[in-house]
Amino acid sequence: MSAAGSNLTTSTVVIERADFPCLLDALKTSRYKVIGPKLANGAVVYDELASAAELPAGWTEEQRPGLYRLNRRPDEALFGYTVGPDSWKKFFHPATAVLWQATKNANGFNVSAPAIQTQRLALLGVRACDLHAISILDSVFAQGTFSDPIWTTLRKNTFVIAVNCVEPGNTCFCTSMKTGPRASFGFDLALTEVVEPDRHYFVVVAGTNRGTALLDKVPHRAARQDENDCAEALLANAVNKMSRKLDTAGLKELLYRNHEHPRWDSVAARCLSCANCTMVCPTCFCTTVDDTSDLSGRQAARVRRWDSCFTLGFSFIHGGSVRASVRARYRQWLTHKFATWLEQFGTFGCVGCGRCITWCPVGIDVTEEIEAIQQTDGIKPRKEVK
Amino acid sequence: MMETKTLEQLLAESDFFRDLDPAYRQMLAGCGRNVVFKPGEYMFQEGEPAHEFHLIRKGKVALQIKVPGRGPVTLQTVQDGDVVGWAWLVPPHKRQYDARALELTRAVAFDGLCIRSKCEQDPKLGYEFFKRFALVMAARLSAMRLQLLDLYANP
Amino acid sequence: MQIRSGSSQNIAMPAPADPMLAQPWCVCRIVRETDDTFTLELKPQNRSGQMNFKPGQFNMLYVFGVGEIPISISGDPTQPRILLHTTREVGAVTRAMRQLKPGDVIGVRGPFGTAWPVDESEGADILIVAGGIGLAPLRPALYRILSRRDLYGRVVLLYGARTPADMLYRRELEGWRARFDLEVYATVDRAMSGWRGNVGVVTTLIPRAPFDPSSAVAFVCGPEVMMRFTVDELLKRGVQPHAIYLSLERNMKCGIGLCGHCQLGPLFVCKDGPVLRYDKLADWLQKWEA
Repeated sequence: MSAAGSNLTTSTVVIERADFPCLLDALKTSRYKVIGPKLANGAVVYDELASAAELPAGWTEEQRPGLYRLNRRPDEALFGYTVGPDSWKKFFHPATAVLWQATKNANGFNVSAPAIQTQRLALLGVRACDLHAISILDSVFAQGTFSDPIWTTLRKNTFVIAVNCVEPGNTCFCTSMKTGPRASFGFDLALTEVVEPDRHYFVVVAGTNRGTALLDKVPHRAARQDENDCAEALLANAVNKMSRKLDTAGLKELLYRNHEHPRWDSVAARCLSCANCTMVCPTCFCTTVDDTSDLSGRQAARVRRWDSCFTLGFSFIHGGSVRASVRARYRQWLTHKFATWLEQFGTFGCVGCGRCITWCPVGIDVTEEIEAIQQTDGIKPRKEVK
Repeated sequence: MMETKTLEQLLAESDFFRDLDPAYRQMLAGCGRNVVFKPGEYMFQEGEPAHEFHLIRKGKVALQIKVPGRGPVTLQTVQDGDVVGWAWLVPPHKRQYDARALELTRAVAFDGLCIRSKCEQDPKLGYEFFKRFALVMAARLSAMRLQLLDLYANP
Repeated sequence: MQIRSGSSQNIAMPAPADPMLAQPWCVCRIVRETDDTFTLELKPQNRSGQMNFKPGQFNMLYVFGVGEIPISISGDPTQPRILLHTTREVGAVTRAMRQLKPGDVIGVRGPFGTAWPVDESEGADILIVAGGIGLAPLRPALYRILSRRDLYGRVVLLYGARTPADMLYRRELEGWRARFDLEVYATVDRAMSGWRGNVGVVTTLIPRAPFDPSSAVAFVCGPEVMMRFTVDELLKRGVQPHAIYLSLERNMKCGIGLCGHCQLGPLFVCKDGPVLRYDKLADWLQKWEA
């Protein structure tokens, strides 16, 4: 996406900070449940917002490999942080879901699936990387041979308000993955927050008619050239300030031919296979099912829950697990995100949000691991065994 | 009218001797003779001096070892076109297992003593033999390894 | 998916043929094949039920309150009202299956997965190489080929089992051997006394099997190590990599490509497989712990 201008035909408008709560009011009047960033348990999480007052105004995050801290900002920006441990996938791909229940009867058993409650969610504050992540999961769950009715049902009617990042997090690398910082698709409205000493406003662009219709309910006016320029400058600045980089050229082939690279041993010595990365990753989608029954043995249920390829049992077949070593499991995850996902779904699985880097307890950085392999491409593992 | 092949023709057609220098083949044919084993008949038994090897023309032979309490255990079967016996080439020239015909088996028996001495005199001939036997033993070893893995066992 | 708009309840009904919902099938009988292997014979619960499947496909079978596993269909695809699954007793679910009685109900989801390319192989020689329980997913292909026998060249079955007592479908094997239009060669890893058949791994049957490598298609199924070495022998004989098909097995929780468990590299064994063409698979089969 060019930094010079968006490729949308609708023109930009400005909403003043003072009028921002009207945006949430308008959403609620339209019967949306507003989900957005809030502070909880020392992090910015995504949860239901009762009002704009619940937004983490004046907060920011310090993120580094294995570190996440909330800090106060010198200003009162509403969106002055990037992404926390939550991603939006939990609203459409719930961590647990009852797939069906069964009751024994004279003819064997009767299976019934619980009706999937539709929802009307308005997601407020979706970063560009997360827009890509949602779209990636759309291609996994809704565009394959089989689709997931839970995902497709819960996804319907979702109103999306994206927020352009003007300050990248330390672990972010969306520019390398070509997923940000500008939101370019998949939203009804996209905001760029501008905080100046004497002014605080939002430059807003609509991505859909629905977005334009909602704007009509919020005080706004056409953006001036200098306001547009401000927003563009902030975005350009965000691109420049992105400190973490990843060269994705030929990445799939690199990972395929370095299946036995010694770096895998190095990362395996550090990785705890704790599965944090897969839980915070906005595109990880693996699940397992638990088949349960009650004590009487007359009622049974199947519950689907999030799973992780880092667990030993993930690849278990009779005789043992295919990926018995942490080395193999880490390699599986990384290779899936940056190589095999391309063959499966046509894009990388990674959107450069940096969550896995921040939330890894030992601070493993995927960009660093890949760069190490790039720099010693083709190296053979050492023969001697320590 | 049944056509009988000369031993030389047979050797020329067999996989084992096919690419051998025709002069060598002719010499070898001279060291060979046709033999027949009835079903159940022993080609050789463990411990016997090994001075022959056999090329199976038609039939099936079980390579067996007698295990106390279990009787003869078949480790492998060989058939048409296979060569049986390598102990003639390798000291101490004693059979390491039994070879027993499972069905009517026609084979060519080669005089190992004769060929061994010719190999000593003509190292090139020796090399040709060892090359071929190495292939046979490698294939048997490879197959044995897979058998040892017991792949179909219930884990 | 229907959504009743305007309804205050906001409830959407799941699609009628939800692939995650098990359909009930009745156990007809359980046939003991060997010490640890048995065949489940299922029939539909109602008169109109049937399962049209292609040879090589599998079902997810659910035992009430115990669990669900993928098992290849081992029956005749031209008989969709009788569903056969041959499996080994290896865990909680298969143990529970073994205890079922005629009349008990099992949950079935499927058929899923790719099939042996029986239609695409018309005109070719067919070489079927089965190791151990690998004969079960191959049997439907053989049935299908035999039902249209004149469309194929030579048809050869090579079967390796652990011991003669572990051979599946023994009576059927003997019937197949008796046919003039089918060559059957069997071997065992370990013989019992009195066994006068072949002893040795199934790969040793390949060099001499009577088929034309230049116009043959091979269907291979068995333990992965056996399949690897079988492919080596097939390639040595001149069978083309794109004419060799393997059936793989991986951990499966959904069977429809959404849970992620069955991946081998970029391939989902449940929907890109289980029958996979060797040339597409070659690199990944050679990567250890891929």
